[in-house]
Amino acid sequence: MIRQQFEIPAKYKKWTYGLLAVGLVAFLAGVFVLGFSKDEHDQTRFWAGLLQNSLYFLLICNACMFFICINILGQSSWQTTFRRIPEAIAAVVPVFAIVSLIVFIAIVMGHQHHIYHWLDKDAVATDKILNWKKGFLNPTFFFVWTVITLTVWVVVGKKIKQLSLRADAGEITGEEARKYIFSNTVWAGIFVVFFALTTGSTIPWLWLMSIDAHWYSTMYSWYTFMSSFVGGLTLIALLVVYLKNLGYLEHTTREQLHDIGKYIFAFSIFWAYLWFSQFMLIWYANIPEETVYFKPRVQGAYNAIFWINFIVNFIAPILILMTRGSKRNYAIITFMSILLFLGHWLDFYQMVMPGAVGDHYSLGWYEWGMLALFVGILMFFTGRALAKAPLVPIYHPYLKESLIHHT
Amino acid sequence: MTIKKFVVGSFDDEDVLFPAVRNVRKAGYKIQDVYTPFPVHGLDKELGMRETRLHTAGFIYALCGLITALGFISWILTMDWVQNYGGKPHFSLLAWIPIMFELTVLFSGVGMTLTFCYLCQLAPFVKKHHFSPRATDDLFVMVIECTPHTDIREAESFLAAAGAKDVNVQNAEVGWWFGRYDMDRKLFDQNAEVVTA
Repeated sequence: MIRQQFEIPAKYKKWTYGLLAVGLVAFLAGVFVLGFSKDEHDQTRFWAGLLQNSLYFLLICNACMFFICINILGQSSWQTTFRRIPEAIAAVVPVFAIVSLIVFIAIVMGHQHHIYHWLDKDAVATDKILNWKKGFLNPTFFFVWTVITLTVWVVVGKKIKQLSLRADAGEITGEEARKYIFSNTVWAGIFVVFFALTTGSTIPWLWLMSIDAHWYSTMYSWYTFMSSFVGGLTLIALLVVYLKNLGYLEHTTREQLHDIGKYIFAFSIFWAYLWFSQFMLIWYANIPEETVYFKPRVQGAYNAIFWINFIVNFIAPILILMTRGSKRNYAIITFMSILLFLGHWLDFYQMVMPGAVGDHYSLGWYEWGMLALFVGILMFFTGRALAKAPLVPIYHPYLKESLIHHT
Repeated sequence: MTIKKFVVGSFDDEDVLFPAVRNVRKAGYKIQDVYTPFPVHGLDKELGMRETRLHTAGFIYALCGLITALGFISWILTMDWVQNYGGKPHFSLLAWIPIMFELTVLFSGVGMTLTFCYLCQLAPFVKKHHFSPRATDDLFVMVIECTPHTDIREAESFLAAAGAKDVNVQNAEVGWWFGRYDMDRKLFDQNAEVVTA
């Protein structure tokens, strides 16, 4: 008999509430010290920190749903034994969607034009480039498209989760199994196509690239998407290892861990490919309106963070995760997952901060406190979602293939 | 060129093949190889094959490609034929990374393919013995290599008991050779007594 029901351990709860407490203290201190400060830099630091964290956590949770959908579309079976884990992480999407929406409303309605330069009406009126982009970068379009995006992510994600829960209710055989796989495929297809229209293109332009309102890059969305996808994969790996340590997921073996490791390895390299492609073309052409993005990052105040980002997110995984042995080693996968999770958090940091707070950046109590708060929220809701449904969908038609999976 | 004697058993079911491989190995017979129409997951572990070192060779080829590209481009662009491209420094590593990457991939890809062919003893115009033509169609063909101590009758009946549909004994050259397979094979068959001792 396998252990199906996840009970949240006391230690997990202690850590969750500890992180939430630390995060809330930092948040409240942030509200009074930075948010209500008369200094504009402090205010911008407050909102930029919130924006960075809410977007990072929203996108990595949503990337877990994307992970499930591409596996459904590829008719892959290897992940069936642990697919409840990405589902539980994706169940936090509505929470972070609401958080992000509140942050957006505060920033756009509060006219935080240091973050979104296109909110400054005088600048838009006189600036040729901003005036050109008026049709895309304006509060109305921003909110309409953001709300549509978040709603579709939440609704379709919920639908796919419901379909998955059907596999607990009773046997699915014959014609019914074919229909079951078909409806899974249709919903996953809808999600992936919409995902391409949002995370794959428009949404990072709107939410993140518009911080540097003058600058544009068509690679930017793919780059952001890859960053969030690797972040999501590291969460899956961490939870798989954690649950195995507790004695759950008896049928998720090194074979599955090996494949998760391959995902992390491959997409770290793809992330670097996009990182380099974006950088190299701009460096080579050397056109001022394009280099404006890299000037503060490569030669300015963010120099160290920029290169740490590259070393942690590319050099480390390519060297450490290259061999078969390291991808099958629980300790190494755990270490790399934590490293890459923080690495891509730092990547989002260097996407948001240079355009928002400029040279006045700091990586101090407030930023780490926000990280603690959001990790706490993530742990709280993921743990609850895990405890709600059985850990293995025992009547799923692909389960047997997953049990005998070999790499 | 040594010709050896082999006991060949053909199986038509994976579920029979796996226990058969386990029992044949347990009985102390030396399995030369199992030929299958498609990759069978887990068979390599059942056969006790060590992990391939092909990827190490691939890494070395990749490094060779990287060094070749870096060395050649930097020699051309900083010493042999110096040119000014948009005011960039002559030694501009960033611009060379795509070429270095391409050559890394090319060297490791071609190198690993050739090494793989060498390890499998495959090459154009080279002949190899086929234990059963149906190994590419619908049969799993297990080949047991005979040593001077092997009791061939016993090996045959052991394979049949393990579930083989068809068992026979063949004299074959397992390495590769140049020449015409249909004509040369008879020569080897005639010399078969040499090893049957």
